[in-house]
Amino acid sequence: MWDYSEKVKDHFFNPRNAGVLDDANAIGEVGSLACGDALKLMLKIDPISERILDARFQTYGCGSAIASSSALTEMIKGKTIQEALAITNQDIADYLGGLPPEKMHCSVMGREALHAAIANYRGESWHDDHDEGTLICKCFGVSSRLIEETIRANGLTTVEEVTHYTKAGGGCTSCRTAIEEILARIASSREPQPAGKESAPAAPVLATRPLIEKIRRIEQELAAIRPLLARDHGDVELVDLQGQTIYLRLTGACSGCQLESITLSSIQARLQKALGERVRVVPVREISPAAAHCTP
Amino acid sequence: MNAAPIYLDNNATTRVADEVLTAMLPYFTEQYGNPSSIHAFGNKVARALKEARVQVQQLLGAAHDSEIIFTSGGTESNNTAIRSALQAYPQRKRIITTVVEHPAVLNLCKALQQQGYRVDYLPVDRYGRIDLDLYRALLAPDVAIVSVMWANNETGTLFPVEEMAEMARAAGVLFHTDAVQAAGKIPIDLKHTAIDMLSLSGHKFHAPKGIGVLYVRRGVRFHPLLLGGHQERGRRAGTENSAAIVGLGVAAVLAREALPYEMTAVKNLRDRLEQGILAQVPNVLVMGDPVNRLPNTTNIAFEYIEGEAILLLLNQHGIAASSGSACTSGTLEPSHVMRAMGIPHTAAHGTIRFSLSRFNTEAEIDRVLEVVPEIVRKLRALSPFWPKHQEAA
Ligand SMILES: Cc1ncc(COP(=O)(O)O)c(C=O)c1O
Repeated sequence: MWDYSEKVKDHFFNPRNAGVLDDANAIGEVGSLACGDALKLMLKIDPISERILDARFQTYGCGSAIASSSALTEMIKGKTIQEALAITNQDIADYLGGLPPEKMHCSVMGREALHAAIANYRGESWHDDHDEGTLICKCFGVSSRLIEETIRANGLTTVEEVTHYTKAGGGCTSCRTAIEEILARIASSREPQPAGKESAPAAPVLATRPLIEKIRRIEQELAAIRPLLARDHGDVELVDLQGQTIYLRLTGACSGCQLESITLSSIQARLQKALGERVRVVPVREISPAAAHCTP
Repeated sequence: MNAAPIYLDNNATTRVADEVLTAMLPYFTEQYGNPSSIHAFGNKVARALKEARVQVQQLLGAAHDSEIIFTSGGTESNNTAIRSALQAYPQRKRIITTVVEHPAVLNLCKALQQQGYRVDYLPVDRYGRIDLDLYRALLAPDVAIVSVMWANNETGTLFPVEEMAEMARAAGVLFHTDAVQAAGKIPIDLKHTAIDMLSLSGHKFHAPKGIGVLYVRRGVRFHPLLLGGHQERGRRAGTENSAAIVGLGVAAVLAREALPYEMTAVKNLRDRLEQGILAQVPNVLVMGDPVNRLPNTTNIAFEYIEGEAILLLLNQHGIAASSGSACTSGTLEPSHVMRAMGIPHTAAHGTIRFSLSRFNTEAEIDRVLEVVPEIVRKLRALSPFWPKHQEAA
């Protein structure tokens, strides 16, 4: 079991401000059942002073997810929006006396929910993690924006750290190269620039990387195909891309049945059309043994 | 809180039985000889090892005690069995196994794939069951070995390994089973099966950790994993862990005696726990095959809440269990067994495995039944999805 601090245990066993806030005027929801954790943050903000008068949460997730949510509500109550927005995920972790490295994503989720709630209050649209153009990790729906912000805010340098903080790369692992590229870009932008040259913001990685562009197109096409499969309780997911070969995992009713080969060939045809090149679609059946758990 | 702890994680490991410990102790003190030595110190130990070998032979219903090789545990036995078959049949480049094996098989197979072997992973259905027709279709003369677990550690689901071994034999293919979770919990009678190799591990049935067995049927081609001294007839080098082997022998005797109890009383306790939870808690699902199952295991998914949080609250009440949820393992996805069964995402992160032993009591089960509904209620009250589900229902 995790080595949780006393403060984490306290906030988990005795969560503060849990439940629904009936007169909330700011609501932020992040995460999902499929991802394994989710947080709904409800705030009551005074429109004149822009002070957070009350905060409540509902959380689905592990001990540290619940503790981080509880801590967050305690930290922001009484603060103005401006003050609250200055809170970093590290502040949440510090408030709890630290989190195990693998659990830092819980603190990031807290900050995300706070920003989503404030955007909701201001009538702004929150950068949706499922905004296709910026989605890096499909398994956990993590955008390039969140990855970049988290790398910068926490000074992360390895893919493993990015996974601990954002979950990105923790599923099928096919986005690790993309994460490495983001890390490399941020690392180079951190290096001192030669005199005279202002450190221009790095060009958006997605527009300039053919591989990522291709993955994005595939994902877009799969997103269009998914509703068709969903009728038969099926789903499809991109596992890997190597040259012209696209590895897909079919799940649900469409996996394993005789219809699979039909489904695959029609998916292949659609992907060829979308990409404008010849591709081969290969079904991936086995559960990756690398991801096999060590439940004894 | 102050009550005695309740241990329901016996598929992870078990307590060493008192009789086992008592039998082992002299082998640390007076009986410290090396069984390979000629003198009296060694002789006595050699005789004790011989006795333990017979005791394990009887637990497994093996035809000969020479078919029992002592190893360091389940992991070594699995590695030895599979690598031995590949060496014995160098022309054969294929392995058949399942998606739900223990990492001691899966990660080995993954490494072998890197070396050019082809591995077919049999999928399982929603109840964790294998499609035997698919298996039959995969059996071919170029398969070096089939390795299929007898009982799944997470769900307790039993695979029809005796039938599968017959099919492998008919196809001229070696059959290995990882029986680490089955040994001591269900009857095993190897001489009446076509199973060629079998792994077991002492710490799953009240022997110490770090001792196990690989059964190799007489006549099966064998290549040792560890090379060195001539111990275990040259099939497993290294000075024997004599105290642990003696303990394993006694544990085998105790397990054989307790088997009827395991199949009735322990099973009844398991059923009492499972039925009690199903009756008191809404939105729970039993994972795995409800019929073909170990008598001691139940794996229950609690929808809309997460496993680690449940375990922490159980632990607060002194109750030890385990979870296939992402958070408990340090990875971010539910266990490979849960994913392989394709269970709904509302439930995948909320699975709890309760695994009993003959040391559990009815009073303990009843205390767990008092605590669990309360814990689930508490966590569901926190969950944003539970009210949504309630509204929809
Ligand atoms: C099914 C199964 N196989 C193998 C093992 C590994 O055995 P050991 O811990 O003795 O190496 C375990 C338990 O950890 C198991 O449950």
